Amino acid sequence: MIEFPPGLLLIFGALLVPVLHGPLRAAWMLALPIAGFVLVYMLPEGDLMMVSAFGQELELLRVDRLSRVFGYIFMIASLLGVIYALHVRAAGEQAAALVYAGAAIGAVFAGDLVTLFVYWELTAIASVFLILARRTPEARAAAMRYLIVQVGSGVLLLAGLIVRWHETGSVAFDNIGLDGAGGLLIFLAFGIKCAFPLLHNWLQDSYPQATVTGTVILSAFTTKLAIYALARGYAGTEELIWIGAAMAAFPIFFALIENDMRRVLAYSLNNQLGFMVVGIGIGTELALNGAAAHAFSHIIYKALLFMSVGAVLHRTGTALGTNLGGLYKSMPFTTVFCIVGAASISVFPLFSGFVSKSMILAAVVDEGYIAVWLVLLFASAGVLHYSGIKIPYFTFFAHDSGKRVKEAPWNMLVAMAIAAALCIGIGVYPSALYNILPFPVDFNPYTNSHVLTQLQLLLFSALAFTVLIRSGIYPLQMRTINLDTDWFYRRLARFVRNVAYPLGSSTYTGLRRAAVRRAERFVYQLYRHHGPQGALARSWPTGSMVMWVAVLLGGYLLLYFIQ
Amino acid sequence: MTENAPVAEEPDEKRTWWLDRKENVTKILRALYGVCAVLLLADLVVDRHPETQIEAIPFYYGIYGFVGSVILVMTAKLMRKFLMRREDYYDD
Repeated sequence: MIEFPPGLLLIFGALLVPVLHGPLRAAWMLALPIAGFVLVYMLPEGDLMMVSAFGQELELLRVDRLSRVFGYIFMIASLLGVIYALHVRAAGEQAAALVYAGAAIGAVFAGDLVTLFVYWELTAIASVFLILARRTPEARAAAMRYLIVQVGSGVLLLAGLIVRWHETGSVAFDNIGLDGAGGLLIFLAFGIKCAFPLLHNWLQDSYPQATVTGTVILSAFTTKLAIYALARGYAGTEELIWIGAAMAAFPIFFALIENDMRRVLAYSLNNQLGFMVVGIGIGTELALNGAAAHAFSHIIYKALLFMSVGAVLHRTGTALGTNLGGLYKSMPFTTVFCIVGAASISVFPLFSGFVSKSMILAAVVDEGYIAVWLVLLFASAGVLHYSGIKIPYFTFFAHDSGKRVKEAPWNMLVAMAIAAALCIGIGVYPSALYNILPFPVDFNPYTNSHVLTQLQLLLFSALAFTVLIRSGIYPLQMRTINLDTDWFYRRLARFVRNVAYPLGSSTYTGLRRAAVRRAERFVYQLYRHHGPQGALARSWPTGSMVMWVAVLLGGYLLLYFIQ
Repeated sequence: MTENAPVAEEPDEKRTWWLDRKENVTKILRALYGVCAVLLLADLVVDRHPETQIEAIPFYYGIYGFVGSVILVMTAKLMRKFLMRREDYYDD
């Protein structure tokens, strides 16, 4: 039995990529995730690789059902990413993608927080090259902002694990919980990578700036690694239910008015994570199964959607809704694949989202969180609007932009076809997914009542879309951007640097000068009166002392007589 | 934004597609209305096993989807008033 960390397989494998060329490189890159998948399948359960360091036992390879399901899906995502990027010649970008995927897989199999931290930072550093590889000034700026946020998350994780080590004497990566400062810091580190509300905007800022192939890879790993980490460390933490509900709801408004289709998908990614976070917060076996299952199907259909929009960007040079439309005429296969992805994310029966998201919703109702359930239902209707309809409609149908391009390259079509087949395969035969979930599954999504209510929700939302668009109420696509929390560090911070800080600093300098002058005068006065030559520091002759004693006695006598 | 030069437009694109014809779009819309009507009828026939009180309301999911969508779109449209900026807002 080979007991080798599957993450390291990809990382070491990536080192050979720049050396190989042509078909050999392609074959090597395809072989790595396939071999990795087999390795994940073969590994026995347990702590397979222990190392002693810093007086701690580090578990480099912990295999259990939770880590294995994430191991599988990460290998599948790597394979899809490799096939989709086979036409890319830049070895650096291809190697970075494999190192990034390997780091995420390594993190999933990490049994302690120190190992997790090392892989956590490696995902940040490797992935930034996928954004830089776009080679535009916007991408470079976004890459730097992305890197600062990601490394910041790692620093918080490191601080948290050190505090926790002091508090508990252990760096094991099991249930952590919010008690104690260490737990809070680690929670925050996970929360940044998971794009919690208000910590989310790095995602919408950076993913649409990456290369066509880079965004597909990015969409799979970073945030789902955070989902895994939350499921491992904070299952059943009630705060997550509310955070997740907010996260599922707010991005849909932004997605609806966003023009860049890849940014629409980034908002939609954020919203899907919200469902998983709610599942982790509920923390029952059904809910955690739902979160893992939803992460699994989500990675595939989200990659599929990014691949289809990426293919359009690759062929037309734009992903802006205002510039697209009518592309079904020249990219029919891409259109069909995009619709399959859209149907999956919208949770149509027989598609993958239906069998995974419904587990989370069922668990929410079981635990009696009716308000949260209503929010998630609203968010589900919203998903249909911006992902289910908006992406395919404004890209491939709607107003014909007149663009006539070639169909996507064959390797992109193959990757999309595999992803689409998996979306339908999971939807039609859910037990394949249910069998690899962390806990035994006793759940049937295909009841009459569930299929009917889901179709009602979706088709009446589609009806609303039709009515709104035909009556002209639906907001037009416009060549604009919308403010989000990145405003604080892209605009307010610049205002502080350029205007408020110089203004403040000149005020500060003035105040400081005045204060210094005052202090100097005080010291001078002190010196004048109490210094060596000061009137109050002079040594007095004995005679004057006698005189003052006489004055005092005189005064005393006077007072005595007055009484 | 150009990453790949677009392929030259094919001159013989005078062809009309099935969806270019208005009557076909109307057909699709009629199909949607028809399906919605069937789903409303099914609501009366199928026992939905409501687990929450609110679900027991007739046509609950259809109403929630429709009203929720309208509220979503109107709110998002309103948000544009506050959040929308020119494309080069961050560029200067």
